[in-house]
Amino acid sequence: MFDLLKKLTGIVGVSGNEEEIREAIIEEIKDCVDEIKVDTLGNLIAVKKGKGKKIMVAAHMDEIGIMVTYIDDKGFLRFSAIGGVSRYDSIGQRVKFKNGVVGAVYYEEKLDDMKNLQLSKMYIDIGAKSKEEAKKMVNIGDVACFVGDAVQQGDIVISKALDDRSGCAVVVKAIKDLKETDNEIYFVFTVQEEVGLRGARTAAFGIKPDIAIAVDVTMTGDTPESHPMEVRCGGGPAIKIKDRSVLCHPEVRRLLEESAKRIKIPYQLEILEAGGSDPGSIHLTAGGIPSGAISIPVRYVHSPVETANMSDINNAVRLLVEAICRY
Amino acid sequence: MDYINILKDLSTYPGVSGREDKLSGYIAKMFEKYCDSVEIDEFYNVIGIKKGKGKQGRRIMVTAHIDEIGLMVKSIDEKGFVTVSNIGGVDSKVLLAQEVIIHGKKEIYGIIGAKPPHLLTPEEIKKAVKMEDLTIDTGLPAEEVRKNVSIGDIVTFKVEPFVLQNNRFSSKSLDNRAGVVALLDIMENLTLLNHNDDIWFVATVQEEVGLRGANIAAYNINPDLAIVIDVCHGQIPGTPKESVFPLGKGPAVAVGPNLHRRYTKKMIKVAKEENIPYQIDVEPGDTGTEAWAVQVSREGIPTLLVSIPLKYMHTVIETLNVDDIKNTGRLIARFISTTGNEMEEGLC
Amino acid sequence: MLIKELTELNGVSGNEDEVRKFIKAEAEKYADSITEDSMGNLICYKKGMSSKYRVMLSAHMDEVGFMVTGYEDGLLKFASIGGIDERILPGKRVLVGDKRIPGVIGSKPIHLQEKIERGNNIKQKNMYIDIGAEKKEEAEKLAPLGEYIAFHSPYTEFGDGCIKAKALDDRIGCAILLEILKETYRFDLYVCFTVQEEIGLRGAGIAAFRVNPDIAIVVEGTTCSDVPGAREHEYSTVMGQGAALTVMDRTSYPNKRLVEFMYKTAIDKNIPVQYKQTTTGGNDAGKIQLTREGVVVASVSVPCRYIHSPVSVMNRRDYESCLKLVKAVLDEMGSNENLIESFKA
Repeated sequence: MFDLLKKLTGIVGVSGNEEEIREAIIEEIKDCVDEIKVDTLGNLIAVKKGKGKKIMVAAHMDEIGIMVTYIDDKGFLRFSAIGGVSRYDSIGQRVKFKNGVVGAVYYEEKLDDMKNLQLSKMYIDIGAKSKEEAKKMVNIGDVACFVGDAVQQGDIVISKALDDRSGCAVVVKAIKDLKETDNEIYFVFTVQEEVGLRGARTAAFGIKPDIAIAVDVTMTGDTPESHPMEVRCGGGPAIKIKDRSVLCHPEVRRLLEESAKRIKIPYQLEILEAGGSDPGSIHLTAGGIPSGAISIPVRYVHSPVETANMSDINNAVRLLVEAICRY
Repeated sequence: MDYINILKDLSTYPGVSGREDKLSGYIAKMFEKYCDSVEIDEFYNVIGIKKGKGKQGRRIMVTAHIDEIGLMVKSIDEKGFVTVSNIGGVDSKVLLAQEVIIHGKKEIYGIIGAKPPHLLTPEEIKKAVKMEDLTIDTGLPAEEVRKNVSIGDIVTFKVEPFVLQNNRFSSKSLDNRAGVVALLDIMENLTLLNHNDDIWFVATVQEEVGLRGANIAAYNINPDLAIVIDVCHGQIPGTPKESVFPLGKGPAVAVGPNLHRRYTKKMIKVAKEENIPYQIDVEPGDTGTEAWAVQVSREGIPTLLVSIPLKYMHTVIETLNVDDIKNTGRLIARFISTTGNEMEEGLC
Repeated sequence: MLIKELTELNGVSGNEDEVRKFIKAEAEKYADSITEDSMGNLICYKKGMSSKYRVMLSAHMDEVGFMVTGYEDGLLKFASIGGIDERILPGKRVLVGDKRIPGVIGSKPIHLQEKIERGNNIKQKNMYIDIGAEKKEEAEKLAPLGEYIAFHSPYTEFGDGCIKAKALDDRIGCAILLEILKETYRFDLYVCFTVQEEIGLRGAGIAAFRVNPDIAIVVEGTTCSDVPGAREHEYSTVMGQGAALTVMDRTSYPNKRLVEFMYKTAIDKNIPVQYKQTTTGGNDAGKIQLTREGVVVASVSVPCRYIHSPVSVMNRRDYESCLKLVKAVLDEMGSNENLIESFKA
């Protein structure tokens, strides 16, 4: 599992630029499903055919990152955020472009108070000496992700983009571990979640499933002086009750809870008070689709040091397989 | 109709957004008395259809949301105190010293408390209390709480409805159970009036968390016209008079980009002709009601908004004038009985 | 002069009648059919030689403005429709309602302001529109509650190819699409003039749901902040440097292959073009992109300084670049339909 995580988290796949991660996932699953298609927005839809219920499983492929918006005469880049990038987390980080160019993120030194830090006062240094030189390396509109290679230490994995490549890894593994079932399952690796839950919406409209289950990450309340939240890293996969975008459908929640009990894995209940997720747009599509989610507890979400517990990830796979095969 | 008793029953029946299943069943029973058919959809919207005499099968959808704001159990501490997360727009400032019911394995009574005032610094005491600093005290030992309460359980406010002077009524959740009573009133009015169009009465869910039930219902029903019933702010001291409405002066008919102009004009004309009191609610943009979601469903749905003035919205002492509900029912029923064959009405 | 005529019409979001009527009369000369939906979008259909693909072009008819919310004696209290910087309001001229009753936005003059007021901006709630009425009854009759109000600002040409007008956002897009409608293409073309963009991209989504296009290009008047006070990397677009292509904004991430193709087409044909440098704001593309199973979108804009004010400024050369680019792109797609397929994933 760690090897798969390392592979998937290592790829640059900022929202709207999911080509490479999509190819990598296709490579992993192509022999295990009946059909693979890519829709207009770029969602990857892998189908396991069946005559039973239609289930959509969604994990988003995209990650947060930055986009170059301006190159100055000295070769420094100005940029915009793609998705929920923290200005403060970004300082002193490396970013990596698709072509391998790496840059250092820093801020204008004249800034008197850190509270006044805005993205327009930050820049990326790629070591270019002039605009011309910089333009040979990157262009306006190019995107980069933050650098944060995956490492494993005991039961813990630290990496960038666990949000939501850990979810992608869970779905990939579930595809491989799938048990006998009559259900028709649509495994959807969605795009542009971080910029407004976009891909899941058009994918759900095309599929119109009976129910949908997303696999994404959630925050935790187990770090020093954190905001109160019951979910902790290592306590088992979380079954979502609500976030800002959705109140999960009781039927899907019940399915997930009963599945967890049946296979005797630990699980937690998630109430996420900040942020939304793909079920938020899926459940309101095409006249309503009952939706829920399995969430992997992750500390420091949207930073390059996202931290998760391997056992939570492995149990999420088992839970997902049980739920979609037994429904 | 026994307005006061229906209001008492409906406003005290728990139905927090996302957990409307039981309330939906209760309301479906009320609909059955008047409608040709009643069903509950996957998200617990209650849909009652009353067939019209016309042959065109035009559909008018009339919605009022049934869900209420409330709280959800977020964690239980080692002493058994319960902390909560809000569902919908709850003002944490009005929660202190409220009585609540936790809907766990069984119903558990509790009181909302916080750090007492004599332990607060002068700065702290000025600041609004935060949701995360409020705890529910059930008076039970921690084990007992854990046995019966789990994360995700719903908490509702325990309220005794009051009948005030001058036909005024006060309770929780009148936003928008008052609208539900108006739906029933329309149905009752229509037993005596002819109407050509099929009327789809929808008691919608999850309005308080983002107009979700209406969004789903509008897509599935795909009506030719939609009328949304909700509440608007009643006049209280210290508020700009352009954005509040006195109680007892009739329902507020909204005008603005969110609403269909020709039908709105027609609604106002009906009010004038029938001598039904009404007020004009100027809405320059987002009305914050289901009308905003319904109007842009599929290829677009002509939408109207009628609101019942309500004081102290989103508190446990929401207050209205019963006459405003009656006039809302009368106005919409009369309007419905005059719409008919003119398809061009649907143009903007 | 299409731009003059279009910008001098009033069409505040939700009350686009004047603009719709004008555009309909123009479009009828060229379109095969025109549909008007319940919100007032105009969908002009032009049949192509092949109906394999549906291409949608869209520009919004509405503009920012105001609405009557109450009275103080004969003066009108008002609310904004769409995003308007309240600092620009004092001393502006407006037209109230379909009868275009003249009014001025009044506030307390400097002499009568308290010392503390002088240093602060005047709040909109302390302004009013004076139409000359003395009593509430008189005002109510001329400007009932909910009446729409538009800025008054005659079209003016000045400087080196510059145009000042109100509502350049997005009558300039409407002007471009009316020109486009004159031509016939290989594919089925749906030219949509949408409503209520300024209050939340309201019209475009339902229009796109009806049209169900393969590809959509939004033509806009967009922000241009190449003025003193802004640093160069904060310029969203630069006036006079051509059609502005959106790479990403708050509401959409346009199809990269289509945007690159448009940029390349401009370079190949010597049409001035620029990328929009900021990623804030949004437009109808956001709603269109997410319609049904998803739509390939791009937006191309004419840079407009002082947007959402009665004195918006653009350069005629940018209008021409934008028109040329849209035409060139449609021509290319017409001569090679595989292109449309290649933009889809």
